[in-house]
Order: sequence, then structure tokens, then C-alpha cells
Amino acid sequence: MGERKGYIEKISGTVVIARGIKDARIGEVVYVGYEGLIGEVVRVTQDSFVIQVYENTSGLSPGEPVYGTGKLLCAELGPGLMTTIFDGIQRPLYEILRRAGPFVRRGIRLNALPRDRKWYFKPLVKIGDIVSEGDIVGVVQETPLIEHRIMVPPGIKGEVVKVEEGEMTVNEDVVILRTKDSKEIGIKMLQEWPVRMPRPCRERLTSEVPLIVGQRVIDTFFPVAKGGAACIPGGFGTGKTVTLQKIAMYSDSEIVIYIGCGERGNEIAELLKEFPRLHDAKSGRPIIERSIIIANTSNMPVSAREASIYMGVTMAEYYRDMGYHVTLIADSTSRWAEALREISGRLGEMPVERGYPAYLPDRLAEFYERAGRVLCLGKPEREGSLTILGAVSPPGGDFNEPVTIHTLRFVGAMWALDPDLAYRRHFPAINWNISFSQYVDIIERWWTKHVAKDFPEYRRRALRLLVVSSEIEAIASIVGESALPDDQRLILLVAEILKEGYLRQTAMEGEDVFCPLNKQYLMLKTIMDFFDKAYKLIRHNVSIEEIANIPEVFEMIRVKERPFEEVKKLYSKLMKRLKDIAIKYNVSLEG
Amino acid sequence: MSEIIDIVARYQGKIYRGVKEVRGNLMFVEGIKEVKNEEVVIIVGSDGKERYGRVIEASRDLAVIQILGEEEGLQTDCLVKFTGTTFKIRVSDEVLGRMFNGRFEPIDGLPGITTGEKRDISGEPINPVAREYPHDFIQTGISAIDCMLSLVRGQKLPIFSVSGLPHNMLAAQIARQATVRGEKEEFAVVFAGIGLRSAEAEFFIREFKESGAIERATVILNLADDPVMERLMTPRIALTIAEYLAFDLEMHVLVILTDMTNYAEALREISTARREIPGRMGYPGYMYSDLASIYERAGIIKGKRGSITLMPILTMPGGDLRHPIPDLTGYITEGQIILSQELHAKGIYPPINVLPSLSRLMKSGIGPGRTREDHKYVSDQLYDAYSRGVKARDLARIVGEIGLSERMRGYLKFADEFERKFLSQGPYENRTIEETLDIAWEVLSVLPEEELVRIPRDIIEEYHPKYRG
Ligand SMILES: Nc1ncnc2c1ncn2[C@@H]1O[C@H](COP(=O)(O)OP(=O)(O)OP(=O)(O)O)[C@@H](O)[C@H]1O
Ligand SMILES: [Mg+2]
Repeated sequence: MGERKGYIEKISGTVVIARGIKDARIGEVVYVGYEGLIGEVVRVTQDSFVIQVYENTSGLSPGEPVYGTGKLLCAELGPGLMTTIFDGIQRPLYEILRRAGPFVRRGIRLNALPRDRKWYFKPLVKIGDIVSEGDIVGVVQETPLIEHRIMVPPGIKGEVVKVEEGEMTVNEDVVILRTKDSKEIGIKMLQEWPVRMPRPCRERLTSEVPLIVGQRVIDTFFPVAKGGAACIPGGFGTGKTVTLQKIAMYSDSEIVIYIGCGERGNEIAELLKEFPRLHDAKSGRPIIERSIIIANTSNMPVSAREASIYMGVTMAEYYRDMGYHVTLIADSTSRWAEALREISGRLGEMPVERGYPAYLPDRLAEFYERAGRVLCLGKPEREGSLTILGAVSPPGGDFNEPVTIHTLRFVGAMWALDPDLAYRRHFPAINWNISFSQYVDIIERWWTKHVAKDFPEYRRRALRLLVVSSEIEAIASIVGESALPDDQRLILLVAEILKEGYLRQTAMEGEDVFCPLNKQYLMLKTIMDFFDKAYKLIRHNVSIEEIANIPEVFEMIRVKERPFEEVKKLYSKLMKRLKDIAIKYNVSLEG
Repeated sequence: MSEIIDIVARYQGKIYRGVKEVRGNLMFVEGIKEVKNEEVVIIVGSDGKERYGRVIEASRDLAVIQILGEEEGLQTDCLVKFTGTTFKIRVSDEVLGRMFNGRFEPIDGLPGITTGEKRDISGEPINPVAREYPHDFIQTGISAIDCMLSLVRGQKLPIFSVSGLPHNMLAAQIARQATVRGEKEEFAVVFAGIGLRSAEAEFFIREFKESGAIERATVILNLADDPVMERLMTPRIALTIAEYLAFDLEMHVLVILTDMTNYAEALREISTARREIPGRMGYPGYMYSDLASIYERAGIIKGKRGSITLMPILTMPGGDLRHPIPDLTGYITEGQIILSQELHAKGIYPPINVLPSLSRLMKSGIGPGRTREDHKYVSDQLYDAYSRGVKARDLARIVGEIGLSERMRGYLKFADEFERKFLSQGPYENRTIEETLDIAWEVLSVLPEEELVRIPRDIIEEYHPKYRG
């Protein structure tokens, strides 16, 4: 390709209009000005084209050159992604730190993957094998936790004519194929993929298995399936980031890609402090070894914020294609939508709602559509999944706004955060009345096989009890609690235990940061069985005071901080107490 | 006319005529060669007055300039001088003890700063991997803050207030009392007054003089009758100085920005003049990013000893927390301290409504070795109990106190005690964190012990007044 050179016509914020490259195409990466700022062509007209610049444009002048690369905005894919912290356009931030010092200077052009680092490539194919797209030709131990599977890029097929084993850089050919028409194609560990295009798979499967996050209110009441999509909307300070960070740390995802999109620098600093320190429950290895972080904080260029989401989801799909269960976390998708709005405004597009462009719903849909459980392309046959969890930051905490409304159309679960709960420091502040999960039915089937047959039943009854209790509370607020009949006071008591002892869960430290499913089940069973039996006693005129005075009642609130065995003990103690009362009053608890 | 040329000639660069239109704060100039995006221009009107401006849109045939300073009296006959550089100030240790306006001109009668490096006031984003996670507890001596909203060095924690409430008094008290335990070094203070009434400005200056803080303070002052557009530069000048003090001279700096509401109003004014598509309530859609470019300059950098702790103050229009200014601020800062008219009316100082207030970095600054082992639990329990107490109070208004259960009556009593003994203190009362926690236990002991479910047993037995005898 000849030199693709043009010049700047106009600069307005991060949007630059240029001329002089006749065949500039949408999505093409360009370098803008003498400093070579990175940008992408977002619109083409007859004699000019519009560039979204991913860096600060101050000091840029009309007339400065623009160079086209002829290439679409791509993510680099290959060993070396894991453990790395990238900015929104996949520049490694530690490398920027090394070169430019603690402040991000512009005009730094860097490869996402280091070209000099060597990886031990172990081939899984031999000369004469016929391989095609998605086939795994070899593996690299990328980190102690992640085996990186090198795949034949989509659209390629041929016979293996050469295989290399050993230490190699990402840019060397590890396998050479001969195609039908006798062309030789080298397969490298490094591949590229245009970020705005979903990666192909053989087949999309329905999700059947829950993503286990260890937070009771999510796992028990509003679970998300592996390959599903959930959003967590809430006003500032209600707990989006904490919830998502804890899922990044403790959930049973094999790989986590965390996008800090237009949020705080210190939150990234916190992840960087925690991830190398926290150990994966199964392997005992630091979780950074299975994580990629993208940090395009609120003070970094807005346009790169827009790109960061696509960078993240492309890397996530790439690992999904290897056969991993990947979780992508985007905090916050609202900042991404705002970036869309800002760029759209600079392009002079006609806004529809609250200044957002008409294509906002399409972009949201395309993003969440990239979640899924799939049968991957290629041999050996394997399955992967990509779960997408997005924070939504509605202005004023009011869910009636375009980003929240449209997001809800495309996700299967919503964890709605409630400022009143947050003010009371009831965390996670997920409101159990308005949150939902469409994955409950399929996940309940999984539970009955893997946890307990009656788990779904306990779940339903606990939810119902919470609803009934808020009705009773409304009455109590008029007549006073002391005027309520005993059975209603029992409902209030047990609802309180459910809220304090079950729904409320610290994410910060100790035993309770991750609650396994079997413990969740047993805790719920304890509370609900207690309720059933106590209810029966009260129906036989035993007083609520007698029940409330059982010393172990308040133990139900604290038992979450203790190991599984203690829950078991508490269960038998409680049942014994109730039985004693039953005997005292000559009531039968059976049936 | 010739004197105008004289003024313009003092600066280097090209001088242009050819102003096509002046519209509000915007000026459109034609036929300019080599204009740079965001460069500073000097505009001299036929009245002989000079003003600054900034290029906000640059093309081959037209430059759009945002006028800083008074646009009144400007006509298309003015001269425009393109300086070829963005807005920069000189930074050196001479800035300490000094006062400047929103163009960084001295207003204390002393000469301007002539030494030191020139820095762009917009700053550059801190690389997130260069950040050190903040964790040093700052004792402000104010119980509500130290116990329940603990501030750490390098945090950005705003005060959300309403006009008429004592937010200035509170900010001054924090500036006066803030210390990191075990360290002698005092905070340097950079104070930015944005659209401030002169009485408010005088209050702060007097405070700094009386406490001796003025020696290690820099004041950037844009008063209510100063040019509106300079409000956009005032906080940026302050933070450029703060960055120099913190990351070059390695000092611990406390930056106070007040009132950020005036800043946001100025931003809206420009956006309207540019005929941009507004976001909520006429504020520009990019206000989040713009505010972030200020607030995110707080923090600590690995390998440097200094820090920037940022305390913006803003008055919520209509007292509404959901108004875009507090809302977007809360989405960026690491918590918020919210003042309440109701508490103020009850005569409580500081009137902090702790329930919707929050310090996100608190967890890293407290606990054994930092404050005290019971701190976190006491704070959690206070939040829980006070929110129940407030609920009980609301309920009692409907059903009367007798309609409440005995338990709720207990919480009601707790809420009163909490406000009277724990929350209330004098503007010159400086409590240690131990004193604060002891008062917290005293008010918690109003409640039956089994209500203290957020505190582990062993902590109760160690600190509850009942067991301490
Ligand atoms: N699960 C939790 N356990 C304990 N504390 C929590 C929990 N969730 C949130 N918090 C508390 O609430 C604070 C705010 O939470 P978080 O930062 O997640 O809010 P957010 O919704 O992401 O806000 P923003 O939109 O401003 O980013 C935390 O700093 C912490 O103090
Ligand atoms: Mg957050």
C-alpha cells in the first residue's frame, strides 16, 4: 500500500476532520499530527473524513499531517495478555509508566504484546495434519493458571508442513500450513482481530450452569448463568464497584476481564493491590494470573473509553474460543454510553433521548449479545462461555433513563441497588423486590442436581416471606408493632433474620466474603425450618416472646461468619429447642 | 489605537484582525494560519482592555475562541493575538504564602512568579498503575468524620451543602485540625475560591492567618464579581500548584475548592453559548469528564512522598442531592459528606447527616495499627442504630411514642443521644480518635447489648462501658 497521507482540516475536541486520503474507510486506524496521536476514522464523506482521536488534542493545528494505516482498530491476541493492565486502546500501562513516568503522556505508540518476550510453544499437531479455523495447534503456559491455546485463525485451512517447538516470540511462525492452492501460511502466536466485530463460534448453546459468585443474594435469589448477561444499576455509592470487584475476585470464573471504564484511578490501584495478593480457592495461585485489567479512568481520554469496551470483549471472546469460562466486567457502561453521546454530539448527529444518539440501543444490544455459551470453532471439540456483567450509573439514581431502560432489554438479570439499604449499610444493597433473574428456572434445575432438591422451594418461600413482611411493616407503621398479632410479629422477626443474617453479607473480609452454595442452602433451610416450626407453635398459642427468647435465634444472624459445620450445629440446636417447646405445650411439629 | 498596539506588542506571536462575530463568550475569527487547538489568545478591544481567550475549535478558515474575562465591550474591531501555547503557569516554592486571581496574577501586592518551570494548567492524567492506594488515616478531630467517614491522605472527599449551612466553618476546622498521627508535618493548603462572595473569602483568609496556615498556603481567588470564565481556570491553577508541591516538593497538600457549583454554572454558560446539545438540566453532556479532570488529580504516586487530598465544597441547588452537580461529583469522588438543614435547625454543629454520607477509602485507613480494632464495628453499628432511630422517630410522628415497640423506643432514645453527644461538638473542639470512639460506646450503651449485632462478642467485652467498669 502506498503512503496514505492527508492533513487536518479542523479540530473540535477529540474529533478531527481531515482530507487527502481518498479511500479512507470507516474503522481505519490513523495517526494524527506531528506527534502521531492515535485515532480511528468514524465517518467518511466525499472529500473528507472524520477521525475520533484517542488522545488529548490540545496544541494540534489544522494543516498537520494525518497518516492512514489501512488497518481496522484491532486487538492483539496471544500469550502475554494475562496479568497485563491496558488502557482503552490496549496500550500496556506499566510500559507507559516506564517510558513516560507517572503521568500518561500522549503520542506513545506501543504494542499490546511485547515482541521480545519468549514463550515455550508446545505443538499439538504434526506434519501432514489437516487443520482449519479454531483448531488448536499448540499450547503455551501463559501463567501457572492459564494454558494458552494457539488456534488457527478464522477463515484459514490447510495441511501442516512445518511445526516448531520451543522458546519463541509471538511474531515467529510456530506452524506453517499449505493451503489447497499451495500457498504457505505461517501461524504465529500473535493474532489480531477487529474489535468491533464479534468472533465466530460453531454454535450458540443455551446456558445451564450458574456463575457462582458467593454472594447469597445473587446466588440464591438472582443468579446469573455462565454465558448470561446481568446489569447492576445504582446511584453513586450504592455498591456497584464493590460487588463487581468481589465477583472478579471470588466467582468461579476461569478468566476475568475487568474494564474500568471512565471510573476512578484509585479503584484500579486497589485491584492492582488485591489481585496479586488474593489466591484462587482451587489452585491457590494469585488471581492476577487469570485476569486482564483495562483501565481507562474518568480523566483519561473519553474516546478511548468508547474503545475500551470493545477491546475487552474481544479479548474475552478470544479466551472463550479456547474453551474457557470467561467473565467480563464493565464498570461502568454508562460512562461508555456517555462517550458515545459526546462523540455523536461532536459529529453533529441528531440526538434522540437526553442527547444520546439513536443507535444507543443497538450498541448496547451488540455488546450484551457477545455474551453466551458456545460450542467453539475447531478441534478438539470444546465449549466456552462469556458472561457479561455491566454496571449502570443512572443520573440521580433514577432508573428511568435511556441507558438503564435499554440495558434492561438486553440482559437476563438485574441487581438493582437501593440507596436506602446502602444508607443503612446493608450491603450488598441489592433490592430483593425489584431485582430479577430470568435464569432462575434453568439454574434451579442445576441446583436440584448439584445442591439439594428442595433448594428452589426454600428460595420461593423466603422471597414470599420478605414480601409479606413488608406488607406487615406498612401496617405496623400505622398501628404500631406492639398492636400486631403474634404470627405477624413472627413474620417480622424471621424477615429481620433473613435480611440481617442471610441477605446482608460483608464483602470485605473474613469467612463470609464467599459463601459456598451448600452453606447458602443450609443457612436458608435453618431459617425457613425455624419459621415453619415456630409458626406452628404460635398457631397453638405459644407466645412470640417464648420463641424470640430462644438463645439461638440471634445466632442465626451471626452464623454466616462461621464455617459450615457451625451452621449444622446451630440447625440441630434450634430444632431441639423448638421440639422442647412443642413438648412443653404438647404440640405436634410433624406434618 | 496606538496604545492598543503597544499592549499587544508586548507579547510574542502573530496579531490578527478579522473577528467575524462575538456571541456571548465566544468569538469567531477568520483567516488565521497555524492556529493551535486550545492555545491561549490575548484579545484587546477598542476600549484598550485586554482579556484572555482560548481556542476551542480550530480549522483552516475559522477559529472559535472562548473568551475568558469580560466579554462586554468587545466588538468585531478588536485585535487578537495568538500566543501559540496553552495556558501555563510558573510553579516554584515562591507560591507558598501568596494570593492570586483566576488568571494567576498576584492580588497580594507582591510581584508575580518569575522563576520555575511552566506547566499547563490542564495537567495530565495520572497513570492508574502509578497510583499508590491511599491508606493513611487523617484525624480531623471531628467525631462524625473520624469515626464514620474517615478521611485518608490522598482521598477526594467533597462536602455537599446548602447555602446558609456552616460548610465553610467545617472546612476551616478540618484545615486547621487535620493531622496524620505520629507525623509532625502539617498539611500545605491550596485554597481555590470559585465565584466566592468576598465575605466568604475573607473568612478563609482570616482563618489561615490566625492559625498560621497562611505561611504554607496558596490562595487562588475568583470572586463573585470576577470574570465568570476564569472560574474554569481557578481550580486547575490550584491543582497545578498542588501537584507541584506534592509530587515535586513531596509535601502533603490539602486542596479546598469552593464553591464547585459556581464552576459548573460557568461550564453550562459556555456550553450554552456554543449551542451544544445539553445533557441534564442544561449542563453539558461532558460535565462528568470535565469534573473528573479536576477531581482525579487528587491522589498519591508510587515512589513519591507527597500527596494531594482534595476537599471540594459545593452547595446543592435546591438542596437536591440528585441535581447534576452533586450527582456527577458523587460519581467521581471517593465519598461525600452531606450537611443537613434539619440538623442545623436543631442547633447541631457540625450538621452532618451521616446516613447518606460515605467515605469509600475509610476501610483502608482504620483498624488495628491504624486507629483502633473496634473502629469498623462501632462505625457499622452506629450507622445501623442511627438509621433505625431515625426510622423510629418518623414512625413516632405518626403513631406516637407509645405505639412503638419497646425496642424501637430504645432506638429513638439512641438517635437523640447520638446527635447530642456524638455528633455535636464545638468548632474548636479537637477530639482524638480514642475520645471519639469512647463517646460512640457511651451512646451505644443506651441500647440493650443483644442489639449490637454488628460488633463481635470479644470486642463488646473489651470496649463496652459495662465491662470496662
Ligand atoms: N458488599 C459490600 N460490603 C461492604 N461495604 C460495601 C459493599 N458494597 C458497597 N460497600 C460500601 O459502599 C461504598 C461504595 O460502594 P461502591 O464504590 O461499590 O459504589 P458504586 O455503586 O460503584 O458507586 P459509583 O457509582 O460512585 O462508582 C464502598 O466504598 C463501601 O464502603
Ligand atoms: Mg463504582
